[in-house]
Amino acid sequence: MTLAVRVIPCLDVDAGRVVKGVNFENLRDAGDPVELAKLYGEMGADELVFLDITASSGNRETTYDIVRRTADQVFIPLTVGGGVRTVEDVDKLLRSGADKVGINTAAISRPDFLQEAAKRFGSQCIVLSVDARRVNGKVNNQLSLQTNDGTATPSGFEVTTHGGRQGTGIDAIEWATRGAELGVGEILLNSMDADGTKDGFDLELISLVRKAVSIPVIASGGAGKASDFAPAVQAGADAVLAASVFHFGTVSIAEVKRELAAAQLTVRQVN
Amino acid sequence: MNSRPSVVVFDYGSGNVRSAQRALEHVGAEVTLTSDFETALNADGLFVPGVGAFDACMQGINKYKGGELVDRRLAGGRAVFGVCVGMQILFDQGVEHGIETRGLGQWPGVVEKLTADVLPHMGWNTVSVAPNSKLFAGVESERFYFVHSYGVTKWLLPDEFEKTKAPQVTWCEYGEKFVAAVENGPLVATQFHPEKSGDAGLQVLQNWLKGLK
Repeated sequence: MTLAVRVIPCLDVDAGRVVKGVNFENLRDAGDPVELAKLYGEMGADELVFLDITASSGNRETTYDIVRRTADQVFIPLTVGGGVRTVEDVDKLLRSGADKVGINTAAISRPDFLQEAAKRFGSQCIVLSVDARRVNGKVNNQLSLQTNDGTATPSGFEVTTHGGRQGTGIDAIEWATRGAELGVGEILLNSMDADGTKDGFDLELISLVRKAVSIPVIASGGAGKASDFAPAVQAGADAVLAASVFHFGTVSIAEVKRELAAAQLTVRQVN
Repeated sequence: MNSRPSVVVFDYGSGNVRSAQRALEHVGAEVTLTSDFETALNADGLFVPGVGAFDACMQGINKYKGGELVDRRLAGGRAVFGVCVGMQILFDQGVEHGIETRGLGQWPGVVEKLTADVLPHMGWNTVSVAPNSKLFAGVESERFYFVHSYGVTKWLLPDEFEKTKAPQVTWCEYGEKFVAAVENGPLVATQFHPEKSGDAGLQVLQNWLKGLK
């Protein structure tokens, strides 16, 4: 009996539609998150993550509707993050059928939010999403870096906001540790350096967070091919997450699981 | 005449009740989401969810007379299915953060923090299914979705009773062995979430529904 490594596709959802292009045949509506969620479930996804990037708060109702419709049809765990600012937001998402809620920026300005949410709803459903970047690291996607003062954090990784464009000066490893202390049940660790490069996960970042916390860690950012996933797990990730490589059909969930199994890692096989 | 079994998902303020409701509907149950005592008493099956802290769940259970509800159903031989903390509260006692909370005492035993490097135990694990299990029929070697930090590591009842059938215990291992499921006549429970365990979980729910009248 060994716990299986979780393979998790992430869907970016804007006003109820999947934003990043999705390239699947046999889909009636490739922009419908509910249809995609169903398909990923059938393909062997172990969990699903919806990242709500809806800018206008007026469109938040659409998100709840999408979550409801997904939870009605897909019987695997669903995490929803993006724009979660209050305990009421968490409550609404859980009531709509989310199993876990990801909290990111709102906790940076008010860490107690994590504790309040974990106390009220249970640690198991609160995920701290950390967008980490190397301080003075390589600049990715031509984003202009706006570090606070350019000084290095103790670990060399800092927490960012605004999709990696803005530094906070907070040490990423310390922040993950703090989140665990405040009661979150899991860390969703996104490398903003690796994100979009398709060069593989940031193994150093994963291994530093793994050593610092004893809650599960989901590694995200950098997956480009099926063989990228096993090293992330060997570096200490309990779960691996990717978006575009799955959506574009570059690699399938089954291929990722085959690679993980070939590396002597345990996966859940779906017929 | 309605041939679908009626199931009440006990809505006492804990858990993702919507998922449980939809999963049970998916496998053919007529589901009502309620905390109403009479409705819950008279349904063919009672499904007791539960997430979060043991003491918080017990507060909710006590508020809606859940203990009496379970007792009266079992006295009449009517099915009850506890899931996750909904299973844990069926034991004598829970200990979380040093707080000891009395459970419903259907089985002896204490719910304690598991010993493992990474907690919660979160994800898909296999189980060692009790011989002749009806609940796991057809999905004995499948994986099920767990998310918990606490569990029952010591099952205190004998494996065989002289005159009645002993409860059937299914085990899982994560850091240490713990109880993954119990089948005890009309009372069954799983530590994992069948409503979140894909097709394998739906099969468990369907197996349970088959036994309801």
